[in-house]
Amino acid sequence: MYNPFSIEGKTIFITGASSGIGRATAIECSRMGAVLFITGRNPKGLQETYDKLEGNGHVQILADLSDSLNIPDIVDQLSPLDGAVHCAGFTNMTPFQFIGEKDLNAIMQVNFTAPALLSQALVKTKKLKKGASVVFISSISGVYCSSVAGSMYSASKGAVNGLVKGMALDLAPRKIRVNSVTPGMIDTHLFSEGAITEELFREDIKRYPLSRYGQPEEVAHAVIYLLSDATQWITGSNLLIDGGYTLL
Amino acid sequence: MDLNIFIENFAALFEETDAQLFNAQTRFKEIDEWSSLILLSVIAMIKVEYDVKIKGDEITSSQTVEDLYNIVKSRVQ
Repeated sequence: MYNPFSIEGKTIFITGASSGIGRATAIECSRMGAVLFITGRNPKGLQETYDKLEGNGHVQILADLSDSLNIPDIVDQLSPLDGAVHCAGFTNMTPFQFIGEKDLNAIMQVNFTAPALLSQALVKTKKLKKGASVVFISSISGVYCSSVAGSMYSASKGAVNGLVKGMALDLAPRKIRVNSVTPGMIDTHLFSEGAITEELFREDIKRYPLSRYGQPEEVAHAVIYLLSDATQWITGSNLLIDGGYTLL
Repeated sequence: MDLNIFIENFAALFEETDAQLFNAQTRFKEIDEWSSLILLSVIAMIKVEYDVKIKGDEITSSQTVEDLYNIVKSRVQ
């Protein structure tokens, strides 16, 4: 059947696969016939994702991106890739007056520095095939808007979008495409640490024209589009997935 | 841990409300200026000043400044 959106048989590397958007992306990619290398820092969560993958030949690599020294070991374990998806990330809701260097460095490391250096390592070791697609999970926060107490998270995601543009230019001669997606609030456990109250969530959902938060699978489907051959002429772009949030 | 210092730290998170109005029995959610930003500031202040993690729901289920103080005090190492 004619299907330019297929990723069947592609080898895809996905970080942050032990939960949330990373997990959904891994599962959906496997359901679409891709062969996966998945990483995550939570062994239980990573195993749960691995167990939910369809098809054969997938590999899980336990890895913590809070330390860049772990990157070479991850890259060594990978086969040549048709795609890489950077999903690892976290948020830290702290009002600007209270942010500190330690927290700033920690969020920039995982949300920005590690994916940048990991991508560079993939390029240097030629683990990204010609025509490969790299996708970053960014956020509306830091690119189109921010949120109360979200300055550190916004900064890290804004940095990602800048990186995507520069990377896309520099890797174009190798025919490697680099894009990002910017989701609005997604139903994941990112906020389950409890800074946000149920009441605030209920208020926030009202600000979405499509009157709900997104599902991680809906982000995964946008990622799959960018991984597929349907987007061979798309690079340096960003796909907005926000239920209309930034229209208002 | 000192209740009066806790009240001072708590009062300092408010811009418009006179710090003199705060005491142990202040029902903080009834203050006009109370907002989600101040709620997050309370969480951050407690983490920075007392190295204690507190959840948003624990703050909204507390009534007075002293209620909050007691939660923090029970967790201070």
